[in-house]
Amino acid sequence: MSTPVRSTSAPPPHFPDARGRYGAFGGRYVPETLVPALDRLQAGVERHLHSADFQAQFRHELETWVGRPTALSFAPTLSKRWGAEVWLKREDLAHTGAHKINNAVGQTLLAKRLGAKRIIAETGAGQHGVASAAAAARLGMPCVVYMGAVDVERQAPNVGRMQLMGATVVPVRGGDQTLRAAIDEALRDWVSDPDGTYYSLGSAVGPHPYPYLVRELQSVIGREARAQMLKAAGALPDVAVACVGGGSNAIGLFHPFLDDAGVRLLGVEAGGRGPGLGDNAASLTAGTPGVLQGSYTLILQDAFGQVRETHSVSAGLDYSGVGPEHAYLHTSGRVTYESATDEEALDALGECARHEGILVAIETAHAFAGARRFARAHPGSRILIGCSGRGDKDMSILQRTVLGAGG
Amino acid sequence: MAPRDTISAAIRAANAQGRPALVGFLTAGFPSRARFRADLAAVAGACDLVEVGVPFSDPMADGTTIQRASFAALADGVTLPWILEELRAGGRPATPVLLMSYLNPLLAMGLETLPAAAASAGVAGFIVPDLPHEESAPLRAAFEREGLALVPMVTPVTPAERLEMLCRSAQGFVYAVTMTGTTGKSAQVPQDVLDYMDRVRRVSPVPVCAGFGIRSREQVARFAPHVDGVVVGSALVEALERGEDVRAFLGSLR
Repeated sequence: MSTPVRSTSAPPPHFPDARGRYGAFGGRYVPETLVPALDRLQAGVERHLHSADFQAQFRHELETWVGRPTALSFAPTLSKRWGAEVWLKREDLAHTGAHKINNAVGQTLLAKRLGAKRIIAETGAGQHGVASAAAAARLGMPCVVYMGAVDVERQAPNVGRMQLMGATVVPVRGGDQTLRAAIDEALRDWVSDPDGTYYSLGSAVGPHPYPYLVRELQSVIGREARAQMLKAAGALPDVAVACVGGGSNAIGLFHPFLDDAGVRLLGVEAGGRGPGLGDNAASLTAGTPGVLQGSYTLILQDAFGQVRETHSVSAGLDYSGVGPEHAYLHTSGRVTYESATDEEALDALGECARHEGILVAIETAHAFAGARRFARAHPGSRILIGCSGRGDKDMSILQRTVLGAGG
Repeated sequence: MAPRDTISAAIRAANAQGRPALVGFLTAGFPSRARFRADLAAVAGACDLVEVGVPFSDPMADGTTIQRASFAALADGVTLPWILEELRAGGRPATPVLLMSYLNPLLAMGLETLPAAAASAGVAGFIVPDLPHEESAPLRAAFEREGLALVPMVTPVTPAERLEMLCRSAQGFVYAVTMTGTTGKSAQVPQDVLDYMDRVRRVSPVPVCAGFGIRSREQVARFAPHVDGVVVGSALVEALERGEDVRAFLGSLR
């Protein structure tokens, strides 16, 4: 059993700072009405999040209801095909089918402690919406989910799941009718009732303290995966790979590995149809600094600061911005970010399904496409893939693409 | 007189005539680019201050009317440089002009070039609805160079200590949001909102204008003894959209 590689140099600085900054990125750019609400949230996070009492309750829900720890699976056929050692951290096995539930349970528990009367959430692919609806049902709170009208159509099964669990789904027809418009509308709802409403933001984006809060709640992924790798593989991975939209599963997987200098980290964004502005959702690799939805980060925008519409086959990655910590990790060089096109992602999805018997979400498939590319460039490497969600919700798209292509 | 001082002077001048200042808002280039100069002149002629809205792709503090106006203006190609050029070419109205813009279009122009470009177009100040005080230092310093105002917003849920802090650093006027919510919904004017306006006025060294959801003569009359001015936004944008006579519409409010 080999010794895990540990950094001997100083670990990177720990962010965020007191102003919610990750280097130059982050902060809190919101209407004045939300400032006291964010102050209260921050005080609540400081008081509860790392308290023994909250952590015990959170862990209990994760173990007895979510189904944690999720498995670490060795992928024998992909390993053979790619000439690598491929391990999968199976967030697709978590209750409701994706990593989103970790954050939704944590924030809903926090909302109760803060005395909120209702939960609101935004959703892109529907996974955070489903997770929020489930957590709200479990903990007895009303839940309203904002979802872009385009996403309501392309992720219809998830809409039904939310409704079955008692949530109200509000289609958003303004703006780009996808995740960005859903966040704008959720913020408008919150501005209208900043005292009674808890906004459960689904990704590591938005104003401080959300990127921090979501990272802390999702870091269970990387902590488990790190321990499981040491136990099952006898070593840390050479690289950990995750897909990045807003970046919550990626930061959750990466953060516990940041101080492991021997572990490369690779984030894979949605390359969509190609490199043109509007053809992809690759905020890190194609974006420029700006302020979107509460945070100074890297965003896809035109020369006049107007945020551009994006394209991705995956609703969950179809977002013009990215969490500020990823923007920092990109500029610091600690994490490498690449993109995978729609076609590469769908191809990787088909390969994983056929050879490992795992149908991953189209979002997740981007990580597989990036990992496959890494394996070809680095033969024999030990690769950990964040298998962030399952693909049942994507069947209508997969009928038209992966299955349709054959017949 | 620094450009920002023309703002409070215009409000005080209206107050000296025994009435609250009327602040009119229009989204630049809506309902049409071609009509912008004429619409601006009409609004300027009927108001004491004009707010020109810079359209933005993600207007999170705005209700449906200003969202619709913003998206339409953007689809028509309205940009911040175009707006400044129109203001410059249109000749500065005697009425002071403020720009209301979300932060990102301002950052995109650059804090090195924006203040001088705005000042030379006759802009007296800015309202930036997604810029809380804690993040405002770079913009404030840039505007300082040209004597431009950064008008803060306060709301009914702003705690007392923070209210004082925001008012202390206010320039031009304090924009007192009438309610928790987005622009455009008709504002109720219960006594506690009037009490809140009184509180803002007690601590503010500059005039206080109430805004969000002001649509009727009755609302204006109820606010009048408690504020130095009222902002009419969505209702004016809707009147422009319907092609109504702006002077008659604004006249009906006072």
